[in-house]
Amino acid sequence: MKALENVEYKATSNACKLCSPLGASLVFRGIEKSVPLLHGSQGCSTYIRRYLISHFNEPVDIASSNFTEETAVFGGSANLILAVQNIIKQYDPKFIGVATTCLSETIGDDVPMILSDYHKKNSGTKSPLIVSVSTPSYSGTHIDGFHGAVKAAVNSISAKEDLEAKHINLFPGMLSPADYRHIKEIFKDFGADHVMLPDYSQTLDGPLWSEYQKIPEGGTSIKQIISMGSAVASIEFGRILAEDESAGKLLQNRFKVPCHSLGLPIGVNETDVFFDAISKITGKPVPEKYIGERGRLIDSYVDGHKYVFEARAVVYGEEDLVVGLASFLSEIGVIPVLCATGGKSGHLKNKLCQVVEDFESRGIVTLEGVDFVDIGDAAKKLSPDFLIGNSKGYKTARELNRPLIRVGFPIHDRMGGARILHIGYKGAQQLFDTISNTIIASRQDASPVGYTYM
Amino acid sequence: MATIAILKEREKQIYHKGEQAFDMTCEKKSLAGSVSQRACVFCGSRVVLYPIADALHLIHGPIGCASYTWDIRGALSSGPQLHRMSFSTDLKEKDIIFGGEKKLYGSLVRLIDKYSPNAAFVYATCIVGLIGDDVDSVCKRVSDEKGIPVLPVHSEGFKGTKKDGYKAACEAMAEIVGTGSTEGISPLSINIIGEFNIAGEAWTIQDYYERMGLEVVSVFTGDGRVERIKRSHGASLNVVQCSGSMTYLAEIMNKRYGIPYIRVSYFGIEDMSKALYDVAEHFEDHPSIMEKAQNIVREEIENIQPELKRYKKALSGKKAAVYVGGAFKVFSMIKALRSVGMDVVLAGSQTGNRDDYKLLREMCDDGTVIVDDANPLELSKYCIEKGADLFIGGVKERPIAYKLGIGFCDHNHERKLSLAGYSGMLNFAREVYSSVKSPVWKFAPGKKFS
Ligand code: SF4
Ligand code: SF4
Repeated sequence: MKALENVEYKATSNACKLCSPLGASLVFRGIEKSVPLLHGSQGCSTYIRRYLISHFNEPVDIASSNFTEETAVFGGSANLILAVQNIIKQYDPKFIGVATTCLSETIGDDVPMILSDYHKKNSGTKSPLIVSVSTPSYSGTHIDGFHGAVKAAVNSISAKEDLEAKHINLFPGMLSPADYRHIKEIFKDFGADHVMLPDYSQTLDGPLWSEYQKIPEGGTSIKQIISMGSAVASIEFGRILAEDESAGKLLQNRFKVPCHSLGLPIGVNETDVFFDAISKITGKPVPEKYIGERGRLIDSYVDGHKYVFEARAVVYGEEDLVVGLASFLSEIGVIPVLCATGGKSGHLKNKLCQVVEDFESRGIVTLEGVDFVDIGDAAKKLSPDFLIGNSKGYKTARELNRPLIRVGFPIHDRMGGARILHIGYKGAQQLFDTISNTIIASRQDASPVGYTYM
Repeated sequence: MATIAILKEREKQIYHKGEQAFDMTCEKKSLAGSVSQRACVFCGSRVVLYPIADALHLIHGPIGCASYTWDIRGALSSGPQLHRMSFSTDLKEKDIIFGGEKKLYGSLVRLIDKYSPNAAFVYATCIVGLIGDDVDSVCKRVSDEKGIPVLPVHSEGFKGTKKDGYKAACEAMAEIVGTGSTEGISPLSINIIGEFNIAGEAWTIQDYYERMGLEVVSVFTGDGRVERIKRSHGASLNVVQCSGSMTYLAEIMNKRYGIPYIRVSYFGIEDMSKALYDVAEHFEDHPSIMEKAQNIVREEIENIQPELKRYKKALSGKKAAVYVGGAFKVFSMIKALRSVGMDVVLAGSQTGNRDDYKLLREMCDDGTVIVDDANPLELSKYCIEKGADLFIGGVKERPIAYKLGIGFCDHNHERKLSLAGYSGMLNFAREVYSSVKSPVWKFAPGKKFS
């Protein structure tokens, strides 16, 4: 055991990331009549289900091909086919999204080939569309799995069919059901047709059932995904994603659908860019309603600016979300003193420079590929006023004795994670009010007087 | 309404009492594609060892297994909180190709230096089993270098079911048992085994035994400490809760140290009282222990009876579905539910064996459905058909109940409410009551089936 001398390796303690099949499962849950299937051991799918359930509070059925010891040795094709057949028998889906796990990747199962064999043997029978995506977790996080699944769906089924089509494609990234609903509302108010992938606004945030539903209603339909090749343009959210070979770029290369890569529309600046883009593509002006929303938002910025000015925030989470939040925070005068993520694209700092004014001179600390112990250590030195990110930062916030403003995913220690609105003027309004009120509340609590008027 | 069909391969894992001959199949690997509610071997190991609060728990594998199990258990510690951290070697592609031993070694050494734990558990997950890291020899080496027990836990997810994980955990712990001094341990002493101190339950139970005049040498693994485990072989009796998780350790201790064990349950008035009496009976040469047990039972029941009666009145005739991990828990739940006037219409577990299901059949009323390793579709189907008003399960079952407009109580390791002992029974009844009687169900559109 001589080779062990190198002690540079460090464990990850309290990870600020999840694994890729989780992201892929989420996308497959946002496709109509679809069932996600993880090709690997039972545990991965059960843990991922449990995790998603605690955030969304909705049934999340994710099947597993259920490796055994023999599968691990002899390959997983028989299990995969059996799983597909059983899903068809039980759920009668129109779509099955297969995501690999570390295990099936490592033994080298050729999932596309197994599936195409299956299709050949079953041609003629009414079988669902099956799309697979490679999601080895040892080379990416849940966000990679998310974007990978979107791209896989587009790659395998989009086509250029309808030359008269007028719709816009939207690739929103991993947002909340409330965000998705808001995007749909915006397009509707613009009078612009759109196809959004994924769309789990209903499948993961629906009403109680009057009768049993094997697969909850909602989601992007297969027809819509096919039509994405005929769109007039694509919009994708995420400045980090912009560096990727994304679904939007695939459509641009293959079908000449122009792709607009925007930041996540959090805050006035980035939301303006989004509205401009729709305006430009459709030739229609921004609807009055949003001019009103924007006006009221800025009015509130002015009313509240003193409370938030130069407040110091620790921001963490998925890279694109961090960039979006940092952009918003800096436009209201909050300094995002620490921007941290478990992801490791290598683009975080560069993208932050684009949205945060005086990035360099403010000494903002950017950390990629870190865990919550690293974040806590860095934050301690920066005396933040609050933290903003998902529930996983709670322990750190508690140790620092600072409030945590919950956004993003996962939220599993509060109600309503699925209902948090981050984007658009309306989302910025909610974030602004929450942040100002959090700061006001901490000052009020700390004050010996306890003023009741502002 | 969409009909829910049962997969052919699963038909024998479902039994309708009173309608067919008992010929139930169980203890099978879950069927591919059936959306089992079960987790994996690793899950079993993690559940059992998690509460050992002064040990380092390092999960060797890619990040997922560690991320999803970060602090999800409700096991409390009265001291160190190291168990609530989630450590992972976070293997990357090059580790998969070249092996993860170096990374494991480096991570272990650094973590031990930083946190000074009294022992370390290294959980081997699926991928580690596959790439063939020699986890045992890395552990042995670090153990020699750092002077603490460093124990491999062979919990590769695909190598079996959750039960195999329990076994792996017991094997790891058995390495620590017997390494400490037993000096000063009273002959009137026990170990509490298979109790995980969810929401402080072990403290409640330990208090009863101490009031009976018994010394509790160690709790496995609730509020666990390495030092206590080391000397646990000095106890006269092992009291094992729950059939599944830790009987194996009790068996090992019986073989190695000749310590007898008895099985008990702490849920519900009936089982709790029986547990205290059974333990007292073991020490029959000391009749004062039985006397004290009787006093405890009388006092405690007197305390909770008035409030309990009120709930019973409100809950009488309501129907419950129970689907939890271990079968033993189902038995206790059925008794506890009956004591508040409720009927059980669906009962099942993830890991029951043939004997468990036989016993379950005997306990259940005609018309009850018994399921092994069920999935969301089956659970929904029988809840609807049987008109359940309440579902008892874990977080994964919660949305199934809620979507159908059915009350729900968490009875898993994730809960934050103590359900053990007499005070726990009251908590349980209160929770069932507050769920079943909540006015919100009136808004549920599907309530026509109740
Ligand atoms: S099945 Fe394997 S990889 Fe998946 S959670 Fe369990 S141990 Fe981890
Ligand atoms: S990291 Fe890999 S092995 Fe672990 S849960 Fe995720 S997919 Fe499964």
